[in-house]
Amino acid sequence: MKSLLKMTWVEAKLFLREPASAFFTLIFPLLMLLIFGAIYGANPVPGTDSTEAAIGALIPAFTGMSIGIVGLMPVTITMATYRENGILRRLRTTPASPLMIMAAQVVVVFVMTALGVLLLMIAGKLVYHVQFTGNALSLAAGFTFCSLSFFGTGFVLAGTMPTARTAQIVAMVLMYPMLILSGAGWPRELMPAAVLKISNFLPLTYVVNLLRGLWFGESWGQHLLDVGVLAVMLIAGVLISLKTFRWE
Amino acid sequence: MDAIVQVQGLHKTYGATVAVEDISFTVGEGEIFGMVGPNGAGKTTTIECLEGLRKPDRGMVRVLGVDPQHDSQTLRLRTGMQLQQSNLPDRIKVWEALDLYASFYPKPVNWRELLVQLGLEEKRNTAFSKLSGGQKQRLFIALALLPDPQLVFLDELTTGLDPQARHTIWDLVREIRSHGKTILLTTHFMEEAEKLCDRVAILDHGKIVALDTPANLISSLGVEERVTFSVDGTLPPAFTAALSTGTRVEVQGDRVTIHTVNTRQVPLVSEVVNLLGSQQISFHDLRTEQPNLEDVFLSLTGREMRE
Repeated sequence: MKSLLKMTWVEAKLFLREPASAFFTLIFPLLMLLIFGAIYGANPVPGTDSTEAAIGALIPAFTGMSIGIVGLMPVTITMATYRENGILRRLRTTPASPLMIMAAQVVVVFVMTALGVLLLMIAGKLVYHVQFTGNALSLAAGFTFCSLSFFGTGFVLAGTMPTARTAQIVAMVLMYPMLILSGAGWPRELMPAAVLKISNFLPLTYVVNLLRGLWFGESWGQHLLDVGVLAVMLIAGVLISLKTFRWE
Repeated sequence: MDAIVQVQGLHKTYGATVAVEDISFTVGEGEIFGMVGPNGAGKTTTIECLEGLRKPDRGMVRVLGVDPQHDSQTLRLRTGMQLQQSNLPDRIKVWEALDLYASFYPKPVNWRELLVQLGLEEKRNTAFSKLSGGQKQRLFIALALLPDPQLVFLDELTTGLDPQARHTIWDLVREIRSHGKTILLTTHFMEEAEKLCDRVAILDHGKIVALDTPANLISSLGVEERVTFSVDGTLPPAFTAALSTGTRVEVQGDRVTIHTVNTRQVPLVSEVVNLLGSQQISFHDLRTEQPNLEDVFLSLTGREMRE
């Protein structure tokens, strides 16, 4: 436990010392909100009834985007680089366990993503006077559940791809279509039927659906499909992550 | 002397390549034991089998009385390992690395003392990637010493370091041993093995070709010791007559070379210098050529050590 705390603390400092990961987790969602807010702030998004609601809908969408980016990029890059550079090799000679090493990563990226989302919400409140109508506790639980379901992907990629470079490329190839087609960057209401079909195969779609529902005060019961898909991802993510973990 | 490490008939192949072929040796408590040989001789494979990082194909390996394959946790708690290829995150600071690694062990030594002992105190807040090669190696030694280990593995510790950094590291290794720890190291520098190790196993093509103390290895081969000097004028015959038996004198112009076959009470050089002094012969440019482990390797394998 003592080593998990120490490791988490050191990893958090390392995370913040890496400008790219700190930018994409903490600042990027906020920038997206400001840019998109400026673009269609005056035009209500179909399916919503007011400008506030339109901007409001961006917040859970960008939260989903944040989860998608963090699960695929920092986790994959950190773990694949640690393996490739022999950092895991050094850890292997100590009593540190793979589970502890992964847990520290999860805690750090989760807290950083949460901070980014918090900044996003504060900006929504201050700049666009967004009204939050849902249950805060339920939304926080949803955010945690979605994050944990998604982070496994990064560990699996880092463990299965031969080099850090390949892992990073595969992560990007998976990430971009998801960001565009899951409803995170572009409302699903505006997608043609054919694209929606593809969208249904993307895990991030279920993250965005669930978070959006919880944001607008819907209950978990109304999102059983989303919860089911993400629960499968969560369990598979943990099991496969542990199975595919490689020291070198 | 208790055996800290026991290896019997260790065998390891990678595909068609035989990396280690039937190696046996033991390391006693408090020893500095070295494995020396060219790159690809099987040193790292052997040490990694002992560390539990590789699984031997055949053979018996016991480290601190346990099988590294079955009880790796014991080894991780009671040995310190410095690996040939390993790293820390670029941006981690020296003190953070020590503090973090100390937290892995139930009873770590005080890392602040290690920082001082290894001369890293000024670098306390320096990022790992900004350290020099020698400083990185000293940090890795510090990490290896954190569990207060009984046995320390050092794999190619001084490769890539300048001579001064290398000497600093040698002093450190001697100091670690003086605290009662056993050290098993690999190197491809014959000089390092000769100066640092109590016993040396010379490896070539996956086999141990010789194993003994550096002094015994050198003397057992009957390698010549030579002293050469120049005399002003000619060498008086009385000088040659006064030399002890088992020596041979060669004169070329004013240059004199005295050969001896080793196992002597008095080093050849002191005998020659004393004799030159007592017979009042004036001389200059005196040089000695001591045989070393490099010569031993050459005579055992018929090849020079490759860097």
